[in-house]
Formats: sequence, structure tokens, C-alpha cells
Amino acid sequence: MDIDKKIQHLTERLSYIKDIFGTKQAENVRLLETRLEEFVQRENALPAKEKLAAVTTIEDLFGFVERKLETELTPMDKVRIVRHSQRICLRDILENVYDNYTEIGGKDENSIDPSMLIARAYITRRSGKKTYHQPVMVIGQEKGHGEEFRNGGSVKPWGNAKALQYMKVAETEDIPVHTYVFTPGSFPVEDAPGAAQQIAKNLYEMAGLRVPIISVFSEGGSGGAEAIGLADIRLMLSHGYYSVISPEGAAAIEGRLRSGDRAGGELIEKCAMQLKMTSDDNVRMGYIDHAIDEPPMGARPYHYDFFRRLRQEVIRATDEVVLSVKGFTPFRAMALRRRRGKTIEDLDIENIYVRWSLSPAARATLLQKRHKKFLRLSRQAFLDRRPYFRRFSAWWYDKGWDIYSYFKYDLWRKHQKQLIYAVEEVDAEARVLVEKVLRPWRKLTNALPTAQGKDDSKERELTMLSQWDKEDEARNGEWSYVSGRAKEDRAITCPNAATHGCLDLWAPDLFGEFAGVCNYCGHHFPMEYQWYLHNIFDPGSIFEFNSEVESANPLGFEGLDVKLEEAKKKTGLKSACTTFEARIDNVKVVVAMLVAPFRGGTVGAAEGEKFIQAAERAKKKRFPFLAYVHGTAGIRIQEGVNGVIQMPRCTIAVRRYIDAGGLYLVLYDTNSYAGPLASFLGCSPYQFAIRSANIGFAGPGVIKETTGMDIPPDYHRAYRALSRGHIQGIWDRRDARHNLRQALLTMGGRNLYYR
Amino acid sequence: MLDITKLLEEIKASPYEEVVIHAPHTGIVSFAGLKEGDRVVGPTGMWKEIPGTRLATLDRERNKKPILSVEKGVVAKVHSELEGTFVEAGTPLLELRHYLSKDEVLGIILKKALYLFSAPERAKYYFAPDADKKIKASGPKAVTVHDGQELFIMSRMKREAALNYSGPEGVIYAVYFQHNENVDAGAPLIGVCPPDQVGMIEDVVIRVQTEWVEQD
Repeated sequence: MDIDKKIQHLTERLSYIKDIFGTKQAENVRLLETRLEEFVQRENALPAKEKLAAVTTIEDLFGFVERKLETELTPMDKVRIVRHSQRICLRDILENVYDNYTEIGGKDENSIDPSMLIARAYITRRSGKKTYHQPVMVIGQEKGHGEEFRNGGSVKPWGNAKALQYMKVAETEDIPVHTYVFTPGSFPVEDAPGAAQQIAKNLYEMAGLRVPIISVFSEGGSGGAEAIGLADIRLMLSHGYYSVISPEGAAAIEGRLRSGDRAGGELIEKCAMQLKMTSDDNVRMGYIDHAIDEPPMGARPYHYDFFRRLRQEVIRATDEVVLSVKGFTPFRAMALRRRRGKTIEDLDIENIYVRWSLSPAARATLLQKRHKKFLRLSRQAFLDRRPYFRRFSAWWYDKGWDIYSYFKYDLWRKHQKQLIYAVEEVDAEARVLVEKVLRPWRKLTNALPTAQGKDDSKERELTMLSQWDKEDEARNGEWSYVSGRAKEDRAITCPNAATHGCLDLWAPDLFGEFAGVCNYCGHHFPMEYQWYLHNIFDPGSIFEFNSEVESANPLGFEGLDVKLEEAKKKTGLKSACTTFEARIDNVKVVVAMLVAPFRGGTVGAAEGEKFIQAAERAKKKRFPFLAYVHGTAGIRIQEGVNGVIQMPRCTIAVRRYIDAGGLYLVLYDTNSYAGPLASFLGCSPYQFAIRSANIGFAGPGVIKETTGMDIPPDYHRAYRALSRGHIQGIWDRRDARHNLRQALLTMGGRNLYYR
Repeated sequence: MLDITKLLEEIKASPYEEVVIHAPHTGIVSFAGLKEGDRVVGPTGMWKEIPGTRLATLDRERNKKPILSVEKGVVAKVHSELEGTFVEAGTPLLELRHYLSKDEVLGIILKKALYLFSAPERAKYYFAPDADKKIKASGPKAVTVHDGQELFIMSRMKREAALNYSGPEGVIYAVYFQHNENVDAGAPLIGVCPPDQVGMIEDVVIRVQTEWVEQD
């Protein structure tokens, strides 16, 4: 019986090796295969004792070959390991790493989203003679071992919402959160609230979650991974991958394939190599804190030693986070540090006891440390060619503003506010009294015939909605920037002509006077970003900063250097993000503008850094912060994790700004998709769109590719985004200036800021 | 009384619908190089989002507008003498032959043979409860209607009014409206057939189903 089980087990190990390597390593596979077959044929003839000896020999051989193959694994092999149905899944971890657990809100396919698994679990540890049960909230994507209903770990929005809900529960209960990332990416449905919007919410909340978060990455696919991956310590399994996109997806983009075509194996291997997605790469770049060694050829459910190691690692990580923010813990912290890098036999974390609940002060420190940790990341991944003295003076300028804003807003403004409130109270009381005293006199004067009707034009201007033909008469319908396309002598047909009966438009009219808006049906043709620069902000008020920060090629991705040079030459910009201070009707704002002509407005390390700097500047100067998204295609995949890390980084920057009392507005223009939308743009409480906008998580091609679903042609239109609750309003392009001014005044206040 | 056999023979004699493509507006026409006998397709896709075959292009004010096929069929005639010339709106450019499908033939025959009762205004329509019960139990053909019978409920914004049928007595042979969907004014609601002709119409349906050869 026992022998049969062992043979079964060895057969599984063999098929696993075959699956991982495919046609490669044929010799080794054949060796194992023949030895196993030989044994199976001889088996019945052998006496019991020899049977056992023979099977042990074969097991040793398997172990030897696996160790040998381990050294030859390519990144793409690791991807196949991670995707294999024999790989450990979250259920296995819950069974083997935690001492007890209760799954919350799920029973296999009967769950709001079976691919997201939540469990309240215990870790029991003994210190001296005492036993402690330490509760944790375990959250992670569950792939199962090939269970179709789990959708391969691709989480739908409501699965991420469930995760967020229980993170908040953990915060209330003051217990740490352990997240396990097992996802190839999020499921791109746009049903309310939308895939992107929900991930953005998760990121925003995690940036301020006041309990320790430890995450363990096995398969970290882009947005789906970020939805639960913003953590104080990020661990990674040594055979895992963490990447901005799957190698197949990258190959499809790199090979410029039409939808439906499949990329060749070689190109996929090459992309996997270039994306630098393995644990070693990520530890080296600093996006992962520690890698956890797996057994040769990756962890499978029977590797009990590995589970023990994983248990020690998550306990140590949680201890480390807690001790680093607690007040007095010198010996324990030292003991923990000394155990880093030790082999599993020497590791005995469990007899050091650390209470995992935190005091309010420690919670505040925790957040600060988390923010700092993320803001520091990816600073090496862009170019800054400023000479040292310029950088130094910029640093001093920054510090100066720090000090100034501390005195002006933190010290003086606080007292000033109290004073103002007191005066207001007295004033209001006095008014009531005066009103009563003067009432007889008023009655008398009102009765006299000289009383005039009051002028209500001001009131109307402030309270009525804008009408395009009446707005901003000073411009007389002439724009200070006119699109170059207005010089073409030709007519253009509105795409709605068939349904709305629009007449042909003459290009000089359309792009000149009409600002790219069909004046029969209101269809918005896309416009250049310069149009907005010149027609929305007060003339001459734009002051650009950080323009020297340049997009680079941190991974040395083949061909990206040339493409970047081309983009820089074509647009005259150094990255897809321009940041500037400007005024709208004399209200000062800090603007970060993502510009579509520069590589589709994709966000990489340089763009992220500029965005963060802009948010910090707005925070220091107490200006409103406007993200003007002329267009973004998502994260720049050629930058790999350097790009995707901008999602949590920028969200943290935005969160810090909003928490400090700032007004963060987002305005979408042409096409806005993917990563940025699923993080720092989507988390804004005030998001608006120009009518020409398309907003969504994944484009139609990607949705077809990943889910096999055809989507209606208007799936990503701004009106759809409005009806699923993503954005808060849709504006006419010609009204953008007026509406922005209105938004700033109603949501901010004339002298800025709303808190 | 309509001679259905004759009608069917007529359709059989010319099983095509001739579609003439006119210039929608003025401009210089350039054909897409289609010859007589070439196959073209109309818009396809779940939402008709994939445009049909391009037949020609009209250029006006350097604004090139494609003329696309609206139906599946075969090019019957190309007015290629117009290539490169300025045409006025309404000038015939091409002729397509659209071979009628089974459903289309049936539709044509039924609409001619049946008495169509139309919606008086844009609203949602439901059958009155007693008719509804019968239809649910044994299909629309089980219901015989007569002039003045209260047959429908017309529903606008939750305000409901009864609607009486007016027309010849007969059985409901076809139902053209959908539950919970608005029907435009003038669109047919039901097709009614005199009781003695039901057998004959069913005969025709079977004949069309069996005899009509779909050409693709």
C-alpha cells in the first residue's frame, strides 16, 4: 500500500517536471521516466524490503535531478511553476502555517467571489510556560488546485471589496493583517464600482490602515496584486513572480500583435527575462523586503518543512513591524535581527513573545514608517540630470517652504481659526439682537415708496449652472490656443452623423472656434493637451517645476531607449507627466498633467516621482491639487515593477495630501485606463471627465484576450463611468475652465482649503 | 382573400431583394474595386459594431466618406462609368442582390396575409389577464379575438389603460411585441388570421421551411 502511494507521488512529481519544462530537459525527464517505469514493472517480483530500498533510490534520484534542474530555471519556468495546479495555494497555507482558522464568507463556490479568501486565523506561540493565541486576519487570492470557479485567482471588484471590508474589521479589532498574493491579475469587469475603482479604494484605505500588514507574494500580477499588496513588509516566495504584466501580455504588446494572435514562445521567454520579475530581481531593486526559500522546483503541498519556514517568516515579519514602532524593545528587536539569514533549524521565533496590538502612538508611527518606506522606493529608476548645486538649492527651497508652512498654517492658522470662530459666534448673537431692536424702524422704512429691488445678477452668476454661449464673454469665442488641425482646409464628418444627422464640419471651424466639439450633437473630438494648458489656466500663470526629471530605462529593456528618445524628440517633453503651478481665475493650483502623446501617457518611475513631488508641493503650499489626465494607457510595462510600484507610491502621496486637508481633483480627457486609474487617480473623491473621455480598467483587446468576452463598443465611455459611479460629472470641453473654477470654489473655498 | 400560393411563387421567382445604393450626398466617387458577382457583407457583430464591406468612397471637401454595405448579398451592378466623377446626392452607384432568408420570406408572407393590429402610441403593452392566461397556457394561437374585445393593457410610466382590439375576427397568429419593452406608435402588435385560414397559413410556413433553400 505504502509503495503504491509513493509510486503515485513520484508519478505526480514527474508530470510536474514535464509540465514546467515542456520540451526542454528531455534527457533528464526520460531518465526519470525510464527508471520509474522499470521499477513499476519489477515491483511485484521484489520482496518487501528490497521494494522499499528501490523506491528510496528512485526518490533520491528524483531529489537529485530536481536540485540540478533548479539551477537551470529561467524566469518563464518560474512563471509556469507558479501557475501549476500542484503549487501550494492559500488553503494549504492556512492549514499548515496557522494553528486554527475560520474561513469568512465563503464555502467553495458559494461566496461573493470565490477567488478572494478571507479567514480569521490564530498563531499559537509559547514563551516560557505561557501559551499565547495571536489572532490575525488572513486575506488572499485563492487559486485552489485547478478549481474552475475560482477564476484562476482573478478577483472581481466585489472580491476586492470583501478584502477591504475585512481589513477594516482587522483595524477595529487591532489585529495584524497577513495578505497572500496569488493572482495573475484582476478580472476586468466594469460593473459597479468597476475593477479599477475598487482597487483604487483598496490602495487608498491600505495606505492609512492602522494595523501591521504583512504580504507574501507568490504570483503578483499588476493591479490585482496591488489591491492587497501595500504592506509594511513584503515577503516573496523564491519561485514567485511579481510583475506589471504577464510575459504573454508583454509579448503581445512588444510584438504588436493584433487581438487574437498568439505570441511565439521565444518572444515570451525573452519578455519574461527582460521584465525582471523574479524574487531575486525584486529583492535587489528593493520592492520586496525578503525572499523565502522554497524547496527545489517550487513548493508543493507536501513540503511541510517549507510551511514551517513560511510560518517562522511571517511571524518574524509581524514581530519586526510591531517592534519597530513600539517604544521599549531593545533585546527582542536585537534577537530578531540576529536571526535573519539563519537556517531553519536555528530559527525559533516562537519563544520570543511580542504582543501584536498597538497603542495609538505606535499606530501613528506605523503609518509614517509605511509612507516613508514606499515614498523612498524607485528613486533610482529615473534620470535627474540636474547638477548638484541645483539639486542642493532645490532641496533648500523645499525646506524653506516646510518651515514657512509650519509657521503659517500649523502654528498661526490654528489660533487664527479659533479666533475667527469666536468672533463669528459673537457676531451671530449680536445680529439677532440688533435685528430685534431695529425691526420697528425697518418696517417703517420698507413702507416708504423709495425702496428699490435688489440686483440679483451676482447671485445668479454664483448659483446657476454654466451655459456655454454665455460663459466667459471676454474671450468672444476665441481661444488663446488653437489646434494645428484648424489650419487644414477640409471637412470632417462627425461619427454620430448617421444617428444624429450631424452636418459635415469644416476643420477650421471645428478645431478653431468650436474647440473640437461637434456643434450639432456635441460629440467631442480629442484635442491636444496644449489646448487645455492655454485655455483653462489664466494666461501666463503657468510655472513648471521638476521638468528635469526624465524617463529612463531602468531594466535595460530592449528597444525602450530608442522609443523614449523618439518620444522626447517628438513632444519636447522629458516624461509623460508635466507638473506645474498655475491659476484658474486667480485660484492657485498645483497641476500634474499626464500627457497622451508621450508614449500613450504611460506612467513609469519618473512620472510617479513627479506626481508625488507635485502632491507634496501642493501640501506644503496649501494649494488645491489637480490631476489633469489628458490620457494614460496605464503603467509603462517596459519598466516592470519600477512602474507598477508607482500605484501604491502615488496613492500614498495622495492620501497624505488629502489627510493634511487638501482638495484633490481629477479630470479625465481622452483615454484613461489601467494602473494609474486603479490607484492614485481612482482614489480621488472628486473625479470628472470631459465628454471625449473613455475610462476603464482594461481596454477592449485585453478584455477579449483575458476573459474571452466581447464588450459593447461604448463600454468605456464617460457616461458609462458616470452611471457605474466612478466619476462624479461630465463636462463640456468649452465649459472646463468655468466648471473647474466652480469646483474649486464649492469644494475648496476662495482662499483655499477646505479644512 | 390573399392568394398565398401565388405570393410564394412570386417570391420564389425572384428570391432577391434588390438594394440600390445611392450616393448619400454630393462628391467625387471612387469605387472600391468590386465586380459584379462579388459577395459583400452587412454590419456584423453582437452590436452590429463591425462595419460592412466598403463599396465606394465619396470625397467632398477633402473629406473621404466610405459607403458601406448595409446588407449581405452579391453585387449585381456597378455604375463604374461614374468612377472619378462628381455625383449628386441620390445618384445610384451600385446595385446589390440580397437573397432572402427563410425568416425574411416568412415575415413578408405573414405581414401580407395577416391582419396587423398596430400600437396607437409609444408605450409598453401587455395582454389583458384572461388572454394572457390562455396564451401562457397554450400559446397565442389559442386566443380568438373579435372587434371591440379588451385585449391589451397599455402601460406608460406605470399608468395603465385598457386597449380594445379592432379589426376582423380571428386567431392571434403572430405576436410582434416583447414583454417590458416599449413599442413605437404604428408598430404592429399582433397579426390576426381568420380561423378558416389558419390551416392554410401553417401549410405555407411548412412549405417555406422545407422548400426555401438558404443561399449563403
